[in-house]
Amino acid sequence: MYEEEILGKAYDSRLMKRLLKYLKPYKWYVLLGILLSLLMSGLEAIRPYFTKIAVDINIANKDKYGLLTTTVLFFLVLIIRGIVQYFNAYLTQWIGQRTIFDLRMEIFEHLQRSNIRFFDKNPIGRLITRVTNDVEVLNEMFSSGIVMVFTDIFTIIGILVFMFYMNWELALVSLSVLPILFYATFLFRKKARESYREVRLQVARINTFMQEHVSGMLIDQLFNREKKSYEEFSRINAAHRDANIKSIFYYAVFYPAVELIGAIAIGLIIWYAGIEALNKEITIGTVMAFFQFNEMFWRPIRDLSEKYNIMQTAMASSERIFKLLDDKTTLPMQINAVQLKEVKGEIVFENVWFSYDSVENDDEWVLKNVSFKINPGETAAIVGHTGAGKTTIINLLTRFYELNKGRILIDGYDIRELDPYQLRKHIGLVHQDVFLFSGDIRSNINLGNESIKMDRIKAASRVVGLNKFIESLPNRYHEEVKERGATLSVGQKQLISFARALAHNPKILILDEATSSVDTESEILIQKAIQKLLKGRTSIVIAHRLSTIQRANKIIVLHKGEVREIGTHQELLNLGGIYYKLYQLQYKEQEIM
Amino acid sequence: MKSLLRLIPYLNRYKKSLLIGLIAIIGSNIFTVIQPHFVGRAIDDLKYGLESKNLDSFSLLYYAIIIVGFTLIAGVMSFITRQTIIVTSRKIEYDLRNDFLAHLQKLHFSFFQNTPTGDLMAHATNDISAVRNVLGPGIMYPADTIVTFVMVLTMMILKDWRLTLLALIPLPLVSFAVYKLGKLINVKFQERQEHFSKLTGRAQENLSGIRVIKAYVREDYEIQTFKNLSWEYLKKNLVLARYQSIIWPTMFLLVGISLVVTIYFGGIRVIENKMSIGTLTAFFAYLMMLIWPMIAFGWVTNILQQGAASMKRISKILDIVPEIRNSENLDLSIKDINGEIEFQNVNFKYKDSQNPILKNINLKIPAGKTLAIVGYTGSGKSTLVSLIPRLYDVTEGKILIDGKDIRVIPIEILRKNIGFVPQETFLFSETIANNIAYGVDEIDNEEIIYSADAAQLSKDLDEFPKGFETIIGERGITLSGGQKQRVSIARAIIRNPKILILDDALSSVDTYTEEAILQKLRAIMKNRTSIIISHRISTVKDADTIIVLHDGQIVEQGTHEELLEYGKIYKDLYNKQLLEEELEKL
Repeated sequence: MYEEEILGKAYDSRLMKRLLKYLKPYKWYVLLGILLSLLMSGLEAIRPYFTKIAVDINIANKDKYGLLTTTVLFFLVLIIRGIVQYFNAYLTQWIGQRTIFDLRMEIFEHLQRSNIRFFDKNPIGRLITRVTNDVEVLNEMFSSGIVMVFTDIFTIIGILVFMFYMNWELALVSLSVLPILFYATFLFRKKARESYREVRLQVARINTFMQEHVSGMLIDQLFNREKKSYEEFSRINAAHRDANIKSIFYYAVFYPAVELIGAIAIGLIIWYAGIEALNKEITIGTVMAFFQFNEMFWRPIRDLSEKYNIMQTAMASSERIFKLLDDKTTLPMQINAVQLKEVKGEIVFENVWFSYDSVENDDEWVLKNVSFKINPGETAAIVGHTGAGKTTIINLLTRFYELNKGRILIDGYDIRELDPYQLRKHIGLVHQDVFLFSGDIRSNINLGNESIKMDRIKAASRVVGLNKFIESLPNRYHEEVKERGATLSVGQKQLISFARALAHNPKILILDEATSSVDTESEILIQKAIQKLLKGRTSIVIAHRLSTIQRANKIIVLHKGEVREIGTHQELLNLGGIYYKLYQLQYKEQEIM
Repeated sequence: MKSLLRLIPYLNRYKKSLLIGLIAIIGSNIFTVIQPHFVGRAIDDLKYGLESKNLDSFSLLYYAIIIVGFTLIAGVMSFITRQTIIVTSRKIEYDLRNDFLAHLQKLHFSFFQNTPTGDLMAHATNDISAVRNVLGPGIMYPADTIVTFVMVLTMMILKDWRLTLLALIPLPLVSFAVYKLGKLINVKFQERQEHFSKLTGRAQENLSGIRVIKAYVREDYEIQTFKNLSWEYLKKNLVLARYQSIIWPTMFLLVGISLVVTIYFGGIRVIENKMSIGTLTAFFAYLMMLIWPMIAFGWVTNILQQGAASMKRISKILDIVPEIRNSENLDLSIKDINGEIEFQNVNFKYKDSQNPILKNINLKIPAGKTLAIVGYTGSGKSTLVSLIPRLYDVTEGKILIDGKDIRVIPIEILRKNIGFVPQETFLFSETIANNIAYGVDEIDNEEIIYSADAAQLSKDLDEFPKGFETIIGERGITLSGGQKQRVSIARAIIRNPKILILDDALSSVDTYTEEAILQKLRAIMKNRTSIIISHRISTVKDADTIIVLHDGQIVEQGTHEELLEYGKIYKDLYNKQLLEEELEKL
């Protein structure tokens, strides 16, 4: 069972209280909606009364002029009712839309403020469902669920009032079928709901099967499995068909049953009118009006029964949403955080220990007692084999994660005392796999920061050698970038991410060099760009390129979470240790280039 | 609309039940349409009784019973209609969906690489469901509408043709309004859906790139962007709401005009004694009966249009001819395969691509021998082995198995004799046992245990909650990369294949386990042909022949010892691996 499929009760006062808070800003609109509902129900319930007047007064007295007046009045009621209905329907939608807009933004903002650990434990797909589908479900509750309930109830009350006013005995007779109608409707709703869920479940199964077997079609074909898979699919498909056929059955029984209940009521009205006609005040007009009332009853009842579904799904969705909003995995913010306006760029790691999970034995530390110092303006290259803990250093310095032991200092300040947002503004981070957003090239360089003007974007592009490429595009800096930069080459994406970092002009640059190979021309461009990028700032580079490493002021060799060697390229080669081996393995052949 | 013609053969299968449904529609209509007549008679009797103070209450009871009785009969008929026509539409939906999958199963590998899975899923659910609407409601309502319309109209004209004419004037407008507004709503709905996808896409992008956003402190900007999109979405919803809100009032108003006209002119005729009050009541009832058919008329037109568009999309897939299929000159005498493989001047490039992936490959693997392939990423290793089970066909040259071109061997027989372990492990969300037994007809527990043991899975299985019955994937436990690869290997072993192909299938398995697997495999594959692709020297060093692929060509070939002596790329790989091992030990 998916989390999404779990449904609980239709009403939970704790959740409801919290949900109603979102309606508070629109309370006057809600009130207006309820008033309009009241008006509409009244206009709806009065309709058969006109029939009575037309028949019993106008026609009976052969009053043609009176008949005209009645019909014109009747028509006016219809028009007003139409207008009120339109506005009310629109108003309820408006309320629903505004409310879920607020709620959606609250969730989205919450996500933006959550820290990286939060994203480690919550799959993106699930978070998206909260922002989109779960919120969407609540729309129905906020719009039709709350205001429209009043319309249905008012309509039923209105009809009852008019019926009893006209003839209470006939009213009782024709209402005698009402309990059956109620019962039938709610029974049908229950059955229909069950079979609908069954259908949904089967649709989900079809989707899962398709997803899996289309992705795995290769396996099906290679292993001669087509026939068996087909049979399996047929089974699911048949279950889906049968679930639907079952629900057709309920509809096929229910609709005629409603007709039959209506016919019984009409029969009862005729029969009772016949018995009572001679000794009681019964008129033709009343009987005709009752025929109409009889037909008007079942719509609000049906609508009310649907509300149960809406409420049930709304409760389930809101529960999930509130659970998300209550998860406050945000960075422990220092109350009196130091606002670091200017940065020189000295970075010190002092006996830093770190692990992503809780640690039971010493092997599980990702970083063990890591210490090093980088002076302002220096470039440090971090090298090491896979899993040495290189990326973790970045994650700690940017405070995506909080270290466990030791401390990290920037210009002598412990970074835990600094405002993390301001800290990050001083740091330019270039990831290994470049993430491009859909938009245009310009917005991918300034990331929507309008204080980074066009000239700075152009200058940054020129420095990294991207300008030639951009100038060749039909829309230049406004050329569209598809999702994930699908239309760009790996090298171009790299250069854009360099331009991005450069345009933000950080004091500290962190570069995680990409390992993926690009063509020689791009490689030369990238190497040149890196040199320019590093100039004049403190830089930490997770290096894969020999050229970068050779130019670094110091090389820090990480091995299994520990700093094992520090020195320049030549010093470390002479040492003949880990770096020497890494050099043989990874960097040596780059010398040919 | 032409695309819907394709459905005729499907409809033909259920002729009988459709026919019964249509008869039931007519029957149900007769018993419904006749009722207002009796209601009218009852009213007239009642009126007469009230005026003359002499009422036969039994005649009214008689009418009451007739009304209830006829409704019951009509109800049974309408029950039959739904149980035949709508049920049939669900059956055809089932057939169509089965056929769709069966067709997909025949399609070539490259089709799936170029078609998003999501699209195919949308065809299998949404599109087929839209076509289903044509077959169910799309048949039932028009039939119902026409029958009702004809009958009601006859009854009305019989009662008073002039009033009928007057009352009917606004009704075609109802159909027209439903059709037009329905279409508009559909367009606005699509627009809204597209924007919803945009919103979802943005959220997806934002959350995927959250590290960049945080690194550059762009949270506020992202919130603002999302707010704008959200606001735009709200506006689109409200536009849609406007159209949706107007459809019912419009309808009520148009119908209201009919009612008003009937009350007034009908009332005048009653006053003038040209019509009885009962007839007027019946007239009302008839008018109400026409409203639904008028609405249905406009609605069904939209259903048909949407269904036709969906059918067109489905047909597009159904019309694709499978590229890899049994040829006409099949050699049906081939029942089994021995395992000798030969590549003769094989060239290969992907369709729509200029770059050749394999160039002039000549290679012969005697039955029962082992071939190992090494080479850098992108050198064509996987492509080379994927040609053997005909995932692709060669562009030039040919591949022979036991001296016969693989294109004359029936595909089923060819593939039945191959155990293929692809580079990207793909397992199904089922039990481990089912995954291992995936490619065999009979599930034999001993064989499953044997294969799992050969793939060194036994120890892992002991740790799983339910052993072989443990479900893996989304709804079960997650396997490590190495475990997945070993299940995938067991799946190939259990087929007892004449040819075993391991496409870098041991990359996530540690060297110790790898050695154990290879040892087992050597025994199992003693008289069978194996092809092993690997990056690790340890995996390939014992092969009978090793080839080094570079840029789609065989550049080095020989045994491990020979290649160490004469090879360049191979030797380089070998040295690097020694270094790695040393680093690990530090």
